Amino acid sequence: MEGFMGEAANTVSPGSGRRLKSGWFTYRQKKRITPWLFVAPCVVIILLVTIFPTIYSFGLSFTKWEISLPNRPFIGLGNYAALFKDVRFLHSILITAIVVVVGVGTEMFLGFGLAQILSVKMKGKRFFVAAFLLPVMAMPVVVGYTWRLLWDAMYGPINQIIGWIIGQPFQFTWLAKTSTAIFAILVTEIWQWTPFMFLVYLSGIVSLDPELFEAADIDGASGWEKLRYLTIPLLRPIIIVALLIRGLDALKFFDVIFALTGGAPGNSTETISFYIYKTGYQFFRLGYGAAASFILLIALVLILSYLLKLLKTVME
Amino acid sequence: MRVRSRQALSQTARYIIACVALVFFLFPIVWIFLTAFKTGDEFLHSPPVWIPHSPTLRSFTHVIKTGGLRSLMNSLIISSSATALSLIIGSLAGYGMARYKVGGTNLPFFILSQRFMPPVAVIFPFLIVFKALKWVDTYQALIIIYLTFNLPYAVWMMRGFFQEIPVVIEESAMVDGCSPFGAFWRIALPLVKPGLVATGVFCFIFSWSEFFFAVCLTRSKAVTLSVHLANFFGKMMVMWGEVGALSVMAMLPLFFLSFVVQRYLVRGLTMGAVK
Repeated sequence: MEGFMGEAANTVSPGSGRRLKSGWFTYRQKKRITPWLFVAPCVVIILLVTIFPTIYSFGLSFTKWEISLPNRPFIGLGNYAALFKDVRFLHSILITAIVVVVGVGTEMFLGFGLAQILSVKMKGKRFFVAAFLLPVMAMPVVVGYTWRLLWDAMYGPINQIIGWIIGQPFQFTWLAKTSTAIFAILVTEIWQWTPFMFLVYLSGIVSLDPELFEAADIDGASGWEKLRYLTIPLLRPIIIVALLIRGLDALKFFDVIFALTGGAPGNSTETISFYIYKTGYQFFRLGYGAAASFILLIALVLILSYLLKLLKTVME
Repeated sequence: MRVRSRQALSQTARYIIACVALVFFLFPIVWIFLTAFKTGDEFLHSPPVWIPHSPTLRSFTHVIKTGGLRSLMNSLIISSSATALSLIIGSLAGYGMARYKVGGTNLPFFILSQRFMPPVAVIFPFLIVFKALKWVDTYQALIIIYLTFNLPYAVWMMRGFFQEIPVVIEESAMVDGCSPFGAFWRIALPLVKPGLVATGVFCFIFSWSEFFFAVCLTRSKAVTLSVHLANFFGKMMVMWGEVGALSVMAMLPLFFLSFVVQRYLVRGLTMGAVK
């Protein structure tokens, strides 16, 4: 505690340490308390809205909380044990992993490629950048419903365009088959977030020192060599930060599933978040859902700490 | 700047790729906008009609009459209250952390980490508490729960903005007898105004687009645009025109706001990591 205050004195020093008595506190006491007064409301609210619910949820995960039960018995690790035998839950982990790995991975490559392509001076660049931004700003639920319409067998333009290409009417219900439904989900995710990666990488590439590239040019480096030995190593921290933000977000993937497939066909496109939503809102099994959400939270913390460690080594 | 002949790609190839990407990224948005102005015969025509022959506002009037306006107002009230609350508390805390180093670096990072909390991890406790308080389907329920992601964001962003302005002016004001709060309110806050606006706009965008908490905690009175859209879809399976109209109403403010904060876009979207 003392250490922080010592630092505080270095940062802002309101007058000297005179012992002025005003109100209930001496000047010195006031000087110590003031910094905390700025932060206190925030800390209290964070405790109330995130820490307390997390602890509550953790407690909930050890109970059998179901709407039909009059009381909520403590069942220890029962929910967790059941979850690891729950095929539907395990499948939702797989779908989430596909979205995070394939979806975010593809976004990274496409976004980087696009940023590289648009990093030079060209006419109309501002227009392209502004237009690419729109998917990022679009509301995820709207995006889900829009793509649902685009994939629609009868009223969607995708089948129509394929029909033009193959020269005969084409009617395929993309969202009725698991494999194509997953493909549709990935396309939606990639559509919405590739521009985010693009934007972040573009601002990274633009901020690189042009002298380095001029020097490389003088040394006769090829475009590929400059990319491989200059751009990518220099951008590594930014690449990781973008992956971190997108990856953690994709881990909570919910809105698009809700709007695009609703978990269908069957339950085969449910993500973890969507399954937990269903355990709570369709089956009213809050203890079970809380246990599942804790598994998600632990996965998230592990991924976050791994990426932060990676970021630290890269920054050094 | 780079030697033209050594560029890996010709300028033409760049334009071709950029235009392909442009079509891919704009097509869905253009499609839903066009759908909003189509007549029933057109949006339920197979194969689909691309351009509405006689653009109509019928879908908009229908959506407005069936609760669309109300959900728009709800979204507006909830999002602006959540934003205001996060900005007030967040800029105070951000200032304390930037100027007085309260909590060192651990506290700010800890608060930032709360931004990544999966909503499903906190929803059940909130549901139980809000049920007990009879707060389900009220504004305050959503305004409070939106603090879970907006407040950590606002604190972190504002801390960054405060760190960028010089301390000297505040110090001399305090020497002249200005109170610490006065220094914050009258000197520091006006100096970070652009940052404050940007942070506020982002909090508003996040709240406006939010869906998970809204669908879990609203029933009929406090439904937001996102939930209303979902309800609309469930009830009237093929009313694509209405879905389009509501989507346009939901997205136009977002596009406008992103234009307002374009200077801070990357910074805002990456939580200050990339400036």
